[in-house]
Amino acid sequence: MKLLRELRFPLLAVLCAFAVGAIVVLLIGDNPVETFALLLGSAFSWPDGIGYTLFFATPLIFTGLAVAVALRGGLLNIGAEGQLYVAAFATAWVGITFTGLPSVMLVPLCCLAGIAAGAGWAAIPGVLKARFGSHEVINTIMLNFIAVALVGYLTQYHYRLPGDPIMETAPISGAAHIPRLGTFVPGLPTRIPLNVAFLLALIACWLVYVLLWRTRWGYEIRATGQNPAAAEYGGISIRKEIVLTMAISGALAGMVGINEVLGYRYRYYDGFSDNYGFTGIAVALLGRNHPVGVIAAAFLFAVLQRGGVPVDAFTQRVSKDIVLILQALVILFVAAETLFRPGGRPQGARTKI
Amino acid sequence: MRSILTLSLVFSTIRLATPLVWAAIGGLYSERSGVINIALEGLMLAGAFTAAAMTFYTHSPWLGLGSAIIAAAFFALLLAVVCIRFKANEVVAGTGINILFLGLPAVLSGALFLSSGSTPQIPKDQLLPEFGRLSVVSILAVLLVALTQYVLYRTPFGLRLRSVGENPGAADAAGIRVLRMRYTGVILSGMLAGVGGAYLSIGQSSLFTRNMTAGRGFIALAALIFGKWRPVPTMLACLLFGFADALTIQMQGVAKLPSGEDVPVQFIQMIPYVVTIIVLAGFIGQSRAPGALGVAYDKES
Repeated sequence: MKLLRELRFPLLAVLCAFAVGAIVVLLIGDNPVETFALLLGSAFSWPDGIGYTLFFATPLIFTGLAVAVALRGGLLNIGAEGQLYVAAFATAWVGITFTGLPSVMLVPLCCLAGIAAGAGWAAIPGVLKARFGSHEVINTIMLNFIAVALVGYLTQYHYRLPGDPIMETAPISGAAHIPRLGTFVPGLPTRIPLNVAFLLALIACWLVYVLLWRTRWGYEIRATGQNPAAAEYGGISIRKEIVLTMAISGALAGMVGINEVLGYRYRYYDGFSDNYGFTGIAVALLGRNHPVGVIAAAFLFAVLQRGGVPVDAFTQRVSKDIVLILQALVILFVAAETLFRPGGRPQGARTKI
Repeated sequence: MRSILTLSLVFSTIRLATPLVWAAIGGLYSERSGVINIALEGLMLAGAFTAAAMTFYTHSPWLGLGSAIIAAAFFALLLAVVCIRFKANEVVAGTGINILFLGLPAVLSGALFLSSGSTPQIPKDQLLPEFGRLSVVSILAVLLVALTQYVLYRTPFGLRLRSVGENPGAADAAGIRVLRMRYTGVILSGMLAGVGGAYLSIGQSSLFTRNMTAGRGFIALAALIFGKWRPVPTMLACLLFGFADALTIQMQGVAKLPSGEDVPVQFIQMIPYVVTIIVLAGFIGQSRAPGALGVAYDKES
């Protein structure tokens, strides 16, 4: 019963988003049924559909978890985008610099570098809030732009191969590559970039669940998120929790770099993120800030992303950008949750600047 | 350095600051009423796309500008309903609007113009007019700031707007209709951000391109915070950020570091964002937000 209650509201939000999306498609002059069939139907073919959908879901699970952990702690991290850029660059930097190391050392080192960079970048707004009381929303937005400029600078001036017209770094050492799942799964070709980072994402979900609901740290994070005054009265240091929560959130966002750099492109590619940090907000909200919900929501958005390709190819007028519209509508409907509970009060974190 | 500090740099600064001023002053009306407006970026895109599309069809930049204002106001109203009526988290809803306008113009331009995100080129004589080297929108921006200064501090409307943003409970007790003031503030922010967006597509350039605001809505937000939510300082902040932008354009390939290398533009691009973080942390004078910013108003609580 509890599960049904939890599911009812996100399902309603998705249905409403699709209904409004259908109206948009109609107004443009295409057939909504046909468009949505293309959008949802292409994700389940084997091996390409499923392979690519799970590959697209991987970064969204990481960013969804990042936003969810922060929201559980009462913080709104809209800086996952910046955190994952800094982290992906750090991951690539280790892979480019320590070429002499064997795989067993280099791969963990690359991962750790990304996780640490993401955590460190997210800790900045954490410290700013804990120390100066400045709001994390504004600071994470500003740090997104600073991150993009910073890694852009490093790529352009220091780590690009001479003469390369593309904004990308030199390739990482072969020892830093992580295997694609096609290596183990029969019938899944290795040209599909789905890699072990997907398994890592599932493990991260389990770890976040254990952290939040089975450890003292997690209890303190959730207590701070639900009622900071009561938590402080109970002996929890709010300032410490703010920094810790942001760092964990950033570490999760930073793991996007493992999928992107070690498992897919084998180099840092400037501007690689397809709005993963912001889609993570939608994923976390739709998933009710719970790891299982995050997996389900990330899968839904990955299905849509995969479906954008045939929509572009086979419909008369609608382009794959309809996916962005649906994503935005889901965010708006989830945010306006009292719409579905007349007289109810919102449960999400409030943002007071 | 002397060679790059020219008159053209001054005009370039004004040109680049203009959309920031419109959006930032728009944001001021919303935030002074107590509603965070992260959606300035999206509302600017709404204005930019509508202006370019309507000007293309009607051949009149004024009809383009007018419909940009209406379109951006409509989506600001949507944001207001979600935030005020349904008490959504304002940051989350604003992010939703921003993502909506990454997608909606692209889908519409695909359907209308069979392009992947941009409108057709508009002839030069159908763009918003310029006087001398200044766009009419730049001149009006100065008037807007003066008017806002007057309205905010010298009229009953301004007093009500500020009181609703500072202390809605007290304002309510004094008979001010809190929610109505907030709707007004958010819709005004949409209209003004819409003008800023329209200036980008039918003033500064001659077509709409995908995501053409490129973060200007957030720079406007930064300017609003740097300007401590006050009209004149906010305009000065916009000019400073516009100057930084103008400098990056002028310095490309001109200025060199002592080592003979180009000055990396990325570091100049960071200036507005770094400055905002520093100001918000209170290093250069505390920037204090309106008291009830981001708090939904609920009569019973």
